[in-house]
Amino acid sequence: MSKKITPAAYDSKIEGNVTFTKLDTAINWMRSNSLWPMPMGLACCGIELMATGASRFDIARFGMEVMRFSPRQSDVMIVAGTVTYKMALAVKRIYDQMAEPKWVIAMGACASSGGMYRSYAVLQGIDHLLPVDVYISGCPPRPEALLEGLMRLQKKIETEESVVEQKKELLKELSH
Amino acid sequence: MTSSNAVDKIETKFQDHILDKSFFRGELSLTVDKLKLVEIMSYCKDELLYDYLVDITAIDNLGIDPRYEVVYELYSYTNSCHLRIKVGVDEADREVSSVVDLWPTANWHEREAYDMVGINFSGHPDLRRILMWEGYPFYPLRKDFPLAGKASEMPDVAFSEPVPLEGGPFVTCPSSDATDKREPRSREII
Repeated sequence: MSKKITPAAYDSKIEGNVTFTKLDTAINWMRSNSLWPMPMGLACCGIELMATGASRFDIARFGMEVMRFSPRQSDVMIVAGTVTYKMALAVKRIYDQMAEPKWVIAMGACASSGGMYRSYAVLQGIDHLLPVDVYISGCPPRPEALLEGLMRLQKKIETEESVVEQKKELLKELSH
Repeated sequence: MTSSNAVDKIETKFQDHILDKSFFRGELSLTVDKLKLVEIMSYCKDELLYDYLVDITAIDNLGIDPRYEVVYELYSYTNSCHLRIKVGVDEADREVSSVVDLWPTANWHEREAYDMVGINFSGHPDLRRILMWEGYPFYPLRKDFPLAGKASEMPDVAFSEPVPLEGGPFVTCPSSDATDKREPRSREII
């Protein structure tokens, strides 16, 4: 005898307006679609970063147009350009001032690896100081490449499990 | 007045203090006595109308005495002529008189020479490093400074580490060969 399946809580007033999802997924969706970049333009990559923010490439399509020059209002630091040793700790300090959650994009060859500057004055990649999420190749990368990098970062954010991690930590604390 | 006229006048006035004179590809260079530098430069500016100090550079001739050389490039807008003045600087006494009082632009040029080669310009109003940070212990454009750089540490200010050169500097070779022969690669030339 087949059992008739009925919706657990059917309400015609909210039908079509409600989506069931995981909290993590919802939070990640919100975070990834309103990334506020901290434009750390240090060299010629900064020019491509500016082009990305301008009308032709229109970074606003991805919800990232709110470039903030205050680290306290930003989520993602775009390290665009050559990081000299003189600048390195200043970049780190600005990163430290950004509120969690935060991400870092190393834009271009110099920020990723020192690039062509095998020099006494240049830090050989910002990943010596900061945890980099996305590396973008190019010297400098075209705006399309930067947008691709930002989309990869969005993909990465969508896989994060911040609430699950918090829950695990809470359970761990409670069990002690 | 041309630059050879100018050199003749300098030679007449400071004959004992001109150590060397060379003419190469239409450019005149004078090596002068370090102690008379400011006097000669002031004569160049006021009497010979070299009103524009184009550049100051310092050279490290490691193994040659005197080890360093400070080079002043002068240009006269009035007479449209160029003149190069050089002074030799000993390793033991790396002191050269500043010419900031004559040409204010010398301020940053002298700071750069101080930063990169370690020449002290006496009488400079503000002799600080200009490119590297205050407290960096080396002079990177000296010949005995390794290409890869050296490690240094200043807590909360800056640090530096030697770079991985992987067998040598990346060098481009002009030729019509294949790309791997031409493009910047480590060629283990040093």
